[in-house]
Amino acid sequence: MTDAAADAPIPKPDAGDRARPERQEPLLAADGSPLKKSLQRSLRRQKLRAFGLVAPLLLFVLVTFIAPIADMLFRSVENQIVSETLPRTVVALEQWDPEQDELPSEDTFLAMAYDLVEAQELKIHTRLGTRLNYETTGISSLFRRTGRGVDDFGEIYLDQFEDLNPNWDEAGPWVDLVADEGWEHPAPFEPSERFAALMSETAAAYASFARAIQQGSDDNPREEEPWAPVHMALYHDLMRTDPGAIAAYEGPRAEMLREARAAVEGFESQPVREMFVAEEEDWLDPEVWATIKTFSPPYTPGYFLTSVDLKLSPDGEVVAQDEDQRIYMLLFQRTLFMSLMIMGCTILLGYPIAYLISNLPLRTANLLLILVLLPFWTSLLVRTSAWKVLLQQQGVINDTLVWIGLVADDARLTMINNQFGTIVAMTHILLPFMILPLYSVMKTIPPSYVRAAKSLGATNWTAFWRVYFPQSVPGIGAGCILVFILSIGYYITPELVGGTTGTFISNRIAFHISSSLNWGLAAALGTILLVVVLVLYWVYDRIVGIDNVSLG
Amino acid sequence: MALDAGNRKTDFVVFDRVQKSYDGETLVVKDLNLDIAQGEFLTMLGPSGSGKTTCLMMLAGFETATHGDIRLDGKPINNIPPHKRGIGMVFQNYALFPHMTVEENLAFPLEVRKIGKDEREAKVRRALDMVQMADFGGRRPAQLSGGQQQRIALARALVFEPELVLMDEPLGALDKQLRERMQFEITRLAHEIGITVVYVTHDQTEALTMSDRVAVFNDGKIQQLAEPDVLYEKPENSFVAQFIGENNTLQGTVQDIDGKVATVRLDDGEIIDCTPVNVSQPGERTQVSIRPERVEYNRERLSPDAHTIHAEVLEFIYMGDIFRTRLRVAGNEDFVIKTRNAPDQRRLQRGEKIEIGWLPEDCRALDA
Ligand SMILES: Nc1ncnc2c1ncn2[C@@H]1O[C@H](COP(=O)(O)OP(=O)(O)O)[C@@H](O)[C@H]1O
Ligand SMILES: [Mg+2]
Repeated sequence: MTDAAADAPIPKPDAGDRARPERQEPLLAADGSPLKKSLQRSLRRQKLRAFGLVAPLLLFVLVTFIAPIADMLFRSVENQIVSETLPRTVVALEQWDPEQDELPSEDTFLAMAYDLVEAQELKIHTRLGTRLNYETTGISSLFRRTGRGVDDFGEIYLDQFEDLNPNWDEAGPWVDLVADEGWEHPAPFEPSERFAALMSETAAAYASFARAIQQGSDDNPREEEPWAPVHMALYHDLMRTDPGAIAAYEGPRAEMLREARAAVEGFESQPVREMFVAEEEDWLDPEVWATIKTFSPPYTPGYFLTSVDLKLSPDGEVVAQDEDQRIYMLLFQRTLFMSLMIMGCTILLGYPIAYLISNLPLRTANLLLILVLLPFWTSLLVRTSAWKVLLQQQGVINDTLVWIGLVADDARLTMINNQFGTIVAMTHILLPFMILPLYSVMKTIPPSYVRAAKSLGATNWTAFWRVYFPQSVPGIGAGCILVFILSIGYYITPELVGGTTGTFISNRIAFHISSSLNWGLAAALGTILLVVVLVLYWVYDRIVGIDNVSLG
Repeated sequence: MALDAGNRKTDFVVFDRVQKSYDGETLVVKDLNLDIAQGEFLTMLGPSGSGKTTCLMMLAGFETATHGDIRLDGKPINNIPPHKRGIGMVFQNYALFPHMTVEENLAFPLEVRKIGKDEREAKVRRALDMVQMADFGGRRPAQLSGGQQQRIALARALVFEPELVLMDEPLGALDKQLRERMQFEITRLAHEIGITVVYVTHDQTEALTMSDRVAVFNDGKIQQLAEPDVLYEKPENSFVAQFIGENNTLQGTVQDIDGKVATVRLDDGEIIDCTPVNVSQPGERTQVSIRPERVEYNRERLSPDAHTIHAEVLEFIYMGDIFRTRLRVAGNEDFVIKTRNAPDQRRLQRGEKIEIGWLPEDCRALDA
């Protein structure tokens, strides 16, 4: 023993040691430190190195795989657009009960007017309209058309104020009146505290106007007359403010206020609701408001409900989708059914081939394997198009059948742009994914098993079925998982040869991603697909056992 | 059909001028003629690649003979598929079906023969008892040790009561001790049941200890077919002499053959008397073979008829029960002798010059 080890202090037993008194002192390494610790230290370095080696891939996977999936999951429930675009309306609607079958209050219409005018300046109201249109058709055009006229809401007040004093329709005086002394364009507009304390609605309405034009079209509020809703706010404020308070106000342009306060009692007024109705009758439909209220929370199950042909009724209940819009369950069923068909076809076609190849001498087997892999060397598009050529009504197969006389010329078979076409083309494309795992498993089954079975009296078939086949099941499992998961999310081939009856759910997802731009629904559909795959995987694990899957 | 004293068929299995070629260019089995008697334990012994497995596979029906007939119990079996031959087989890697339990493995040949459940279970139990594996019926092959798998493979080959069992290097994967035990058990079982066994091995000890007769294979031909003691003591050619047991060889030329004695002039000029085996005329090159334990250096034990020759001790190894001495004899530096460690046995010194001797019957003049 070295001196160092002999002199090493005996480590104090820790709590764990005291609990088990029969344990010996910890073993010491050559340098006197406890063996466990030095082992951990040396293992840590190994672990760090291992981590360093996988880190780039980990990062890559994180950025390109995990993050998009997380984003997709988030998008499928995210719904902040309503509360972001119509913040005042969402608050005002909290008091409203859709069950009463009444229209919301005048305040709610007012809030909607302020929200909408700001949104149209920022050009985000159509986006919201589109979003809400997913839930109730017609809202999109309602928003779009109302948006065109909303900056004239309250024109009646604008005219009367202008008659009183032309300055009310000038940009400069308004800025003098409302703006904080320190504010200058292009800083975001700031209302003065003094004015806001006196006339809060006007200050808010003008600030919303000023910021919207600054942000939306980079205009200077000093050069733009405010839109009519600001005058409506001014009217409301003046009407409810005590004349004494206005007389005491000392801010810039106070005299304009005093003059207006004196005159305003004689002004003609108009309910906001009427302004909306004058623009669009549909604002009288409580369902529109109910839809806005239903989808005002920042998160919604709406996309998921749509994905399974359900929907949230305007009064917040889950009901079945309208008959003519139920397409997703059908698509999911079709996707599952066709994926299973394709999987079955690849087993039927791939198993004998894999069996043949695995029993051939190596050289021939390699040649055949290359033939199996050959399709990978041609573009997917080319292969799919080739199927079009083969299968179409004027295509090679139909021509041949007609020529042989099996099929009449006027009764050519429809083999493309339907389920048949998709199944045929996809079976062809996915076949290698079945053959390869099957082959690699079959190659490892020694011929002596079948020989043993035969020597024990089994016929060729029994030897195959009772002895060979069970041992090739892991390969079938691996092939099935590969083919099924690939086909359930396949997109290009069904798009090209599927027509209307042979498309998959993924085609619908692509449609929502790139054409209808309903990303939330696309995300929900994708999430459901992911969950279905995971559930099937779990079921497979339960029935067959995932460790029974072998890729070779 | 020929019968022996015990009323058994002496030609139960017959290879009649059998040839086999895989590629059409070389013969892997060349003109094989072999009769195997009922109840006999026959071993095919030979170096790797000598065609033993091929012969076995032809008998089992997994390879077809390129030429010639194979007959089982008088019937040609060339056109009978393997599963109808009713031949039990033990494979080198046991080939126990990994997805079945031991019991299911054993029941398999009975099931395919459509034997009823009760009888099947009884037979399986009997077979398991026979190989002392009664407690392991529920296990998977992967949960058994090599020796246990070996027993199960044996039981499976016997459970359907075939009349002939083939075994292809069944003990090759076992360690020495286990192998020796299994050798004993296999022979015991075979004799108990009275079954005919064709056993393939490249291990000569295994062949000698287990078999009734041994067929030594080399180069696709049977070099010698004989009982183990004959094979060891009277090898008929130099391949067999070299292959079976330890053997000393001296190169020389035949000078004269006179009935049972051949005079051979060794390459260093020494002249010795031998038993001629496959030399026929003077002038022929020959390889003289003497077993190490038939050489004696103790004058008192040397028989008066013994032929003596000078030797120099190169190495003396004490091995407990025997002494193993390496000598230089007639120019050969690898001449080994083995002597029993008896109380009166003298221990030799390195460099010592001694005189060794052997009986002319033990010294066989073989082909060169
Ligand atoms: N299936 C086969 N195809 C071609 N050649 C083979 C085959 N099986 C064995 N051989 C050849 O035949 C010869 C004898 O092989 P084998 O009977 O297995 O010998 P052993 O069992 O004595 O080792 C060897 O040279 C081997 O290469
Ligand atoms: Mg072999």
